Amino acid sequence: MGLVIGVPKEVFAGEKRVATVPEVVEKLIKLGFAVSVEAGAGDAANCDDASYVAAGASIAGDGRALWANADVIFKVRAPSLEEVALMREGQTLISFIWPAQTPDLMTAMTARKVTILAMDCLPRMLSRAQKMDALTSMAGISGYRAVIEAANVFGRFFAGQITAAGKVPPAKVFIAGAGVAGLAAIGAAASMGAIVRANDTRAEVADQVKSLGGEFVAVDYAEEGGGGGGYAKVMSEGFQQAQREMYAKQAREVDIIITTALIPGKPAPKLITAEMVQSMKAGSVIVDMAAEQGGNCELTEPGKAVVKHGVTIVGYTDLTSRLAKQASTLYGTNLFRLAEELCKTKDGVINVNMEDDAIRGLTVIKDGAVTWPAPAPKLPAVPAPKPAAAVVVKKGHGAASAPMSGGKLAVMFAVAAALFWFVGANAPAAFLGHFTVFVLACFVGYMVVWNVTPSLHTPLMSVTNAISSIIVIGALVQIAPPAVVGLPGQSARPDELIRWFAVVGIALSAINMFGGFAVTQRMLAMFRK
Amino acid sequence: MSDSLVTAAYIGAIMLFILSLSGLSNPETARRGNLFGILGMGIAVLATVLGSRVTAAGIPWIIGAMVVGGSIGLYAARTVQMTQMPELVAFMHSLVGLAAMAVGFVSYIDTSVAYTGVDKTIHEVEIYLGILIGAVTFSGSVIAFGKLSGRIGGKPLLLPGRHFLNLIGLLVVIWFGREFIHAETVSSGTTPLIVMTVIALLFGMHMVMAIGGADMPVVVSMLNSYSGWAAAATGFMLSNDLLIVIGALVGSSGAILSFIMCQAMNRNFISVIAGGFGGGAPVAKVGGDAAQPAGEVVPVGAAETAELLRDAKSVIIVPGYGMAVAQAQHTVYEITKLLREKKINVRFGIHPVAGRMPGHMNVLLAEAKVPYDIVFEMDEINDDFANTDVVMVIGANDIVNPAAQDDPTSPIAGMPVLEVWKAKTSIVMKRSMASGYAGVDNPLFYKENNRMLFGDAKKMLDEVLVSLRSGG
Repeated sequence: MGLVIGVPKEVFAGEKRVATVPEVVEKLIKLGFAVSVEAGAGDAANCDDASYVAAGASIAGDGRALWANADVIFKVRAPSLEEVALMREGQTLISFIWPAQTPDLMTAMTARKVTILAMDCLPRMLSRAQKMDALTSMAGISGYRAVIEAANVFGRFFAGQITAAGKVPPAKVFIAGAGVAGLAAIGAAASMGAIVRANDTRAEVADQVKSLGGEFVAVDYAEEGGGGGGYAKVMSEGFQQAQREMYAKQAREVDIIITTALIPGKPAPKLITAEMVQSMKAGSVIVDMAAEQGGNCELTEPGKAVVKHGVTIVGYTDLTSRLAKQASTLYGTNLFRLAEELCKTKDGVINVNMEDDAIRGLTVIKDGAVTWPAPAPKLPAVPAPKPAAAVVVKKGHGAASAPMSGGKLAVMFAVAAALFWFVGANAPAAFLGHFTVFVLACFVGYMVVWNVTPSLHTPLMSVTNAISSIIVIGALVQIAPPAVVGLPGQSARPDELIRWFAVVGIALSAINMFGGFAVTQRMLAMFRK
Repeated sequence: MSDSLVTAAYIGAIMLFILSLSGLSNPETARRGNLFGILGMGIAVLATVLGSRVTAAGIPWIIGAMVVGGSIGLYAARTVQMTQMPELVAFMHSLVGLAAMAVGFVSYIDTSVAYTGVDKTIHEVEIYLGILIGAVTFSGSVIAFGKLSGRIGGKPLLLPGRHFLNLIGLLVVIWFGREFIHAETVSSGTTPLIVMTVIALLFGMHMVMAIGGADMPVVVSMLNSYSGWAAAATGFMLSNDLLIVIGALVGSSGAILSFIMCQAMNRNFISVIAGGFGGGAPVAKVGGDAAQPAGEVVPVGAAETAELLRDAKSVIIVPGYGMAVAQAQHTVYEITKLLREKKINVRFGIHPVAGRMPGHMNVLLAEAKVPYDIVFEMDEINDDFANTDVVMVIGANDIVNPAAQDDPTSPIAGMPVLEVWKAKTSIVMKRSMASGYAGVDNPLFYKENNRMLFGDAKKMLDEVLVSLRSGG
């Protein structure tokens, strides 16, 4: 029997998510684990106990029993200090931890001699770690939900409409920060019909913004803001000045602002000042997704929606919880992917392999020893710019290729001239007649075939194949020519032998002729619009 | 029929053949093109039979041979599977080669047409060349047929010093050619002729044996070209303009098709004509081994594939030889129909050398009734991958290998490929992780936006279809 994965009910006030859902339970069991879920753990995320049981999990009526029994704990939020007290030596906990912000919790957990994997410490730059990237999945959900919250308190349509009762202008939405959450918000707002603008200090995301239907608003100041790990860095004063001006301008123009700007380990940057809020139209909405880290707007009150200067400022910190079922499913799948990595043998035993960059990064405490922060993972080398040698010259056939160089052309002409002179000097007139026809026919064939669409190459080949059975003419004229008087000394014509050869030749060509045309016809009959 | 009338009929036939080929350049006019070809052939044969060169004594024989050959041909055309088209075409090429050989031999031993002086020399050169080309076409096509139908392994057979062998063969052929032309009597000329024929047969086998399975599209169209040249040579030896013109038409069109194929694979045209290309690949591969693709392979099931497809707005399907082998084209069309009913934009992207014959994939898709206006060639569709949600690669490998663009040491570097990795998600259906004919590992499989659906293409697609249907 494999290890027991315990999924306790989240204790944090207002948290509705749960660390696994019934569909994921089935997959975990396939990996060899046993799963135990605390009674009522999934209620808020529309996963009742019965559905867990149906998926093969057992239900633990009491939280304490579950913590005592489980070898591995799957959680969403970092454990409370009470929960830490329930942990036993050798246990493994996987959840969000935020070790930089929670030194007390780290100390408490270290004392319990346990192993802690923090989902927020995943080295996100490793491409194979992306399937475990819970921050990304959660950010995507909150970005979507932020738009829904904005729409909820906004007094108008998002999409512009012309109705019998008059014309409705589309809502203008400005999204600050085009990370995962920002991009999800852009997509959601654009698909509801709003005009979406977005800004990010990292200029390279402009294409991503456009691809989701948004318009990228650049700050008029040259500085690159990529700070590693997919986050932005703190920018220079000059840049911030230019950025403030841009935000002030957007605030006057748009109806809805959604801010997503976060800098790791620091309070969220204050992008929207009180004056900017004042300058917004009455009825406008600000959704501050950075509220938990202090907010991007000076007037944000974390956890609440407030109205100031006629602008509703939404500072909810539980956006993902407000989409509990979806968030739980995605988070559960991220945890399952991690479980797969931890249990490559599929026998229900986990191996926290510190040689593995992804797992090394996740592990903040190993058997009671703090292993955080992890050394920077050995990143795959930045792909070198495409070598010039491999640049593919696009040369569709049918298009004229580059003309030959003059020298080459001259050589070819010389060779051709010599060849024709040789033929002309030596060959009799009758041969030259045939030769003319031959050369001309080659050119005709070239001209005719050059423009054939590739889809017809096979029928073309089969029809030319059928046509090449014209060779039958050769056999036909040999089978029984009119008798001629032989020249003196010439041996007699071996009629019998020739006839058999010719008959065989005709039969072979006939197979080709009839077969070739018939199969071409069959093929062409299939081509249709 | 008088000789002039026959010539006039020949001119008519020539025009019909040219119209036939030009008609084949467009799907709208293709069927008419084929009818022109049939008509031209009918006129040419009738005019010849009724002309002065064929006496009444031959007519029963002609009818007999025609009926036997024709019925075999029609039977084969009716029963052949569309996936076996490449084999059939290669097989028929071999018949033309054999017929050309027969005509050449007869022309030599036929004393009813006598030549003297230069005329005699030219006539004999023509016979010699005609039989040579015919023999190469015949044996080469037989080997190609064997390779395509799986009777002979697809791996290139590379004899040591094969270019040297070919060169010796050529010299021997030239030397015996001299002997042949200087031969006084028919019987003394027969020996060099037969020696040359044997060498030509061996050369044809050797040439095609040295070519790997992936390069078969080029080989098939090259043999097509050879069969045309064989007919043209026959025309010269019989002083028949009709044969010359048609032979040249077929020969040059086949050569151009091969040229187009070579461009699509970034191969040198000359080295194909000379035979035995692909020799450089194993050497280059040693260097390529160091660059093992990083990342990991993410396998998916049929249900997830169906979900990805259902959620997509635009889908591009890239078929390869694997689809032909698994006979999956009908299921592909069922899926296409279903997705199109859901207003999903489904298109097909065809690489010029997908499959084993030029245009192979198009024929299969046409057989499955896929409308040809959603089937696009590489150049038309390559820029659209970036705006595509899901790309389904069915049994193709080398033609979607990003190494052709990224890795200058790769054996297929510089070969134009379909840029499927630019799509949001790509799903590759394959039987296993084995590499393609070029023997190159495919970094596409390790890309993070790629999913692998392992299994027989037909079986897996059937499952995808079922889950698409059940998912509503």
